Formats: sequence, C-alpha cells, structure tokens
Amino acid sequence: MAKIKIRAKVKNGVASVKSLIPHPMETGTRRDADGNLIPAHYIETVVCEHNGEVVMTAHWGPSVSKDPYFAFKLADAKAGDTIRISWTDNLGETAANEAILK
Amino acid sequence: MKTLQRRRVLQALLTVSAVMALPIRALARATDAFSSKSVDNALTNLLGGLAIEESEQIKFKIPDIAENGAVVPVRISTTLEDVDRIYLLIDKNPTPLSAVFEIGPRIMPDVSTRVKIGKSSVARVIVRAGGKAYMTSKEVKVTIGGCGG
Repeated sequence: MAKIKIRAKVKNGVASVKSLIPHPMETGTRRDADGNLIPAHYIETVVCEHNGEVVMTAHWGPSVSKDPYFAFKLADAKAGDTIRISWTDNLGETAANEAILK
Repeated sequence: MKTLQRRRVLQALLTVSAVMALPIRALARATDAFSSKSVDNALTNLLGGLAIEESEQIKFKIPDIAENGAVVPVRISTTLEDVDRIYLLIDKNPTPLSAVFEIGPRIMPDVSTRVKIGKSSVARVIVRAGGKAYMTSKEVKVTIGGCGG
C-alpha cells in the first residue's frame, strides 16, 4: 500500500496535522461482480505520536471512508518536532510514516 | 567493540519493550461496541451506565445533505475541558459506532475525518470529559448510499 501522507505545520505552539492514509477500508458487506462477498479489510487502530510520545489513539470501524483522511491539532509543539502516524488493520497489516513539523 | 555490542543488545531490548507496549493499547479497543448493531448497545458498552447530557459546547460539522454517502466529511471540536474520549456514531449504519478517539492531554479536541453513511440517518458525537458524557447530534440526508454496492 502506498505510504501515509502527512502534512504537519506549527503555529504559536499548536501543530496542525493532516494525513491521508491509503487503505481500501472494505466493510465486509459489499459484493463483487459475481455476487461474492468482499471480505472485511479495514484499519482498526491509528496511533499518533509526537517525538515518540503517544498523544492520541483512534479506533475505527469499517464505516470510516476508503483512503481515510485524519486531521487533528496538538499543543506544545515546535518546528523540527517529529509526528509519527501508524496503523494496524483487522488482518494484522501495519504501516507507519513520519513528518517533521514545519 | 564490546560497548557497541552491548548497545545493540540494549537497543534490541528497548525495541522489544516498545513493541510489547503496543498490544496493550490495541487491546483497549472496544470490540463489543464496534460490533453492536444498535446505538443503545454501543453506548452501554462504551460508557457503562453513564448519563448523557446534551451539550452546545460540542461543535459537530457534517453536511445536512450528503450527495455521496461513501465520503462524508466530519469535523468534531469542543470547548469542554478534560476531554479524554470522542465517539462518533451513525445511527442507521449496520454497526453504528464509526470511530473512537482517545484524546491525550495535549490534543486540542478538534479532529476531522470522513465516514460512510449507508442511508439518511442521525449522526451523533459523544464526548467524555471530566468523567461525564455529553452529546450532540445531526440529521444527515444521503442521496447515494455509502455501504453496499
């Protein structure tokens, strides 16, 4: 899967983090052209870290849209800090990416 | 050379403990709430018997009319203090609970994402703050459904 895209900017100590996470987010209720159920495949957990410290954990169900967009704001941040976003899906697959605050 | 090796072993140990710390968090997932087929069930799972109060201090941005139910933008923010959880539920989805955000102390309670809404439904946000639960809800009309084919 393609890499997570992260855009992270800081202003007056507050970081705005925007991310796009490539993932099919299959609900498990859709059928393919032959009428077979497409198995569920979705992100269950997203962990957001700031300089190695977990600042937020999100738990998602299959009703989060395909290729999820996820944005949040974080206090006490400065330029040069690292933001890391990682996910784990219901099949045990994982991915992570980092961005430096600008 | 020895020091280097010791450093490597230490690093490996640190990595192992970091990896071991992760599943504990993942276990915190409210699996029963996510598989609940009704809002009431999901909320009981999430909040126990905690009373839910309507609040105007939660700002819930979601379109009144969603042309494409597969991609409905959502933004949730609140002026409530000591927020530690934000829950997002879509009443008429097969499993209403869409997302749970565990808000750390430095997260400004302001999160955005996009959700699927199968058919016109009430969407609700519950915020747990200072040991209490607050709610706001909105009606979303869907022209093209987001679940199924």
